[in-house]
Amino acid sequence: MKEHLLGLEGYTGDEILEILELSKTFRQVLDRDVKRLPTLKGITVANLFFEPSTRTRMSFELAEKRLSADVINFSASTSSVKKGENLRDTVDNIGAMKVDMTVIRHGAVGSAQFIAKHCKTVVINAGDGAHEHPTQALLDFYTIREHFPDFKGLKVCIVGDALHSRVIRSNVFGLKALGADVTLCAPSTLLPMGVESWGVKVNCDIEEAIRGANVVNIMRLQLERQTAGYIPSLREYGIVWGINSELVDLMDKDHIIMHPGPMNRGVEITQDVADAPESVILPQVTNGVAVRMAILYLLAPRSGDIHE
Amino acid sequence: MENETKFVIKGGRVIDPANDIDEVLDVYVEDGMISRIGGKKNYQDRAVIDATGKLVMPGLVDIHTHLREPGREDAETIQTGSLSAVRGGITSICCMANTTPPVDSSAGVRFIYDRARYAHCWVYPVAAISKGLKGEELAEMFDMAMAGAVGFSDDGRPLSNAQLLRNAMTYAKMFELPLMLHEEDLTLSSGRHMHEGVASGLAGMQAVPSVAESGMIARDVLLAEFLEARIHICHVSAKESVDVVRVAKERGVDVTAEATVHHLLLTDEDVVASGFDSNFKMNPPLRAKDDLAALIEGINDGAIDAIVTDHAPHPPEDKDCEFAVAPFGVIGLETSASLVYDKLVRPGIIDVKKMVELMSYNPARIVDISAGTLSQGANADIAIFDPEHKWTVSGRAMASKSRNTPFEGWELTGKPVWTMVGGEVAFDELSR
Repeated sequence: MKEHLLGLEGYTGDEILEILELSKTFRQVLDRDVKRLPTLKGITVANLFFEPSTRTRMSFELAEKRLSADVINFSASTSSVKKGENLRDTVDNIGAMKVDMTVIRHGAVGSAQFIAKHCKTVVINAGDGAHEHPTQALLDFYTIREHFPDFKGLKVCIVGDALHSRVIRSNVFGLKALGADVTLCAPSTLLPMGVESWGVKVNCDIEEAIRGANVVNIMRLQLERQTAGYIPSLREYGIVWGINSELVDLMDKDHIIMHPGPMNRGVEITQDVADAPESVILPQVTNGVAVRMAILYLLAPRSGDIHE
Repeated sequence: MENETKFVIKGGRVIDPANDIDEVLDVYVEDGMISRIGGKKNYQDRAVIDATGKLVMPGLVDIHTHLREPGREDAETIQTGSLSAVRGGITSICCMANTTPPVDSSAGVRFIYDRARYAHCWVYPVAAISKGLKGEELAEMFDMAMAGAVGFSDDGRPLSNAQLLRNAMTYAKMFELPLMLHEEDLTLSSGRHMHEGVASGLAGMQAVPSVAESGMIARDVLLAEFLEARIHICHVSAKESVDVVRVAKERGVDVTAEATVHHLLLTDEDVVASGFDSNFKMNPPLRAKDDLAALIEGINDGAIDAIVTDHAPHPPEDKDCEFAVAPFGVIGLETSASLVYDKLVRPGIIDVKKMVELMSYNPARIVDISAGTLSQGANADIAIFDPEHKWTVSGRAMASKSRNTPFEGWELTGKPVWTMVGGEVAFDELSR
């Protein structure tokens, strides 16, 4: 494990599997009556969220508390460049209060790298712009692995806004390292330049893209994409790329349905699909806590014994 | 020294493209002018500068700088910027109009000349094309031309309104000064931070496509052709832009073009490799490898006429932040000659004569100032360049008030070591 978790680009399949394997231990803890370990006792973790987030922030906070860390939270909006304290000073000040680890969500690409470079703290990237969201991807992989033990050749179809999605980037980097067979599907306006060099299949035709897939991972479509002119309307997106049961019928018989949330039911996913028996959307959320516990354990400056 | 107004620079290899000179000759200076080159040796009654083993060239001319005065004297002043220039072998600089307030009146032009009396080199103001750089109404171009503006530019912002640009082109014909155009289609570029390509796609960075530049250049060379007007294209960065300029020249359009040192040496991959260091953020952005190759081709075949710095100082407190938040621009006055020599001349991509053409002779012609040559009777603006001098780039060690260089820590071979401006020694590292 590296010093920080900034992104999955550059990770090998084995390094990822190691994290997933360790996460199992923490996942079991979550099913106990007493869901708490003393592992990070004395360690202080700051959750810095410069963008609105509900589940990622709660998931990190729960993971930290279940490891007995001391937790402080900071939320601020930096949607535009606001004059005032800059990012480096904010983090430095929190560091001066002797915080050991920093979880950061920020709208700027490279913000986690920036903190890691300039500030003395262990950094966990909880999303930097459209760049990476490594813990989300790791919890996706953990969830996939509960159903499909081997990633090699596994058919994964990712549907959604590849231009703006950090979840897609982290998923692509990790799934490629794990040897999965990845197909990206999105409207052509929401595919980034150079996507053909990512080493994944790209297909705007959702029927072709989803056919035979074992996993479909459906991304949230942001309303802003319509106002910015990338797509004509959410309605049209829903008609063409929204995942409904007819499309799910084209998948391999053995399949799971994923979504990182929050869902726009009726836009990128229909009610039937979201609540289908094959949907693992809620297990993703549960597993997220376990995977984040594993990450915190691996990166903590002084790791205690997880078995007490 | 018997007489401080008389010098001889002896034993150096003199490079003067204007007179097709490349040989070891002595250069004589009297009363602020080049009195002769070569001829009978006379080392009496004058200061003798030993340039043996060095290159002696006309002082370099940088037609694209930002000196931040008035308004942002914390980032740079005419005094500090010009000191940085002479330390880089540059003896004439043209400063862009996007100060606070902008240089959009004759009073502004006179202010620059007034402040330039205390400068270390010649400073020539480029005045605004539009009032307040707003792109809406023409600034008082005629009045500013009479006050001594050497060119017109809204640099930092494009002229989106083609009708306004049309009028500026036509109007500027009356006083034969170049319009120096910042080419950018804002509808393709606003809110975007790096070049759109494979690197930006992987990084998830909001990115500017090359066509935001090349498309506007195409519009403007066609407009210049239609109006038989003269234009200069600032900081060409994309391969398509080089192609457009080349074709325009073939069609006989009166167009010149410049490229910056950083676009000739760095790419979007360096942005990623730096960990999104804001010292790699500038506008236009660092492009891809094939764009860099096209720029090199352009300087070699004449599509690109000049190399400039686009020296854009920003204090550390403005640059030390997330990439998306940081202002555009990097400094370059003190590193341009060394970088071009070490990275383009030494590997044989261009020869030293071409370097002097691109960095002195040609830019002086573009803004029509008396510089860029060692001809008899010319201003004694001279740079001595030591081709063997090894040094390491350090932003902190520079004379500029800012240190936002993407070349921090680069180890370079070759450096300007002595600079004369109008017959006065402005920088001397030679005798050390």
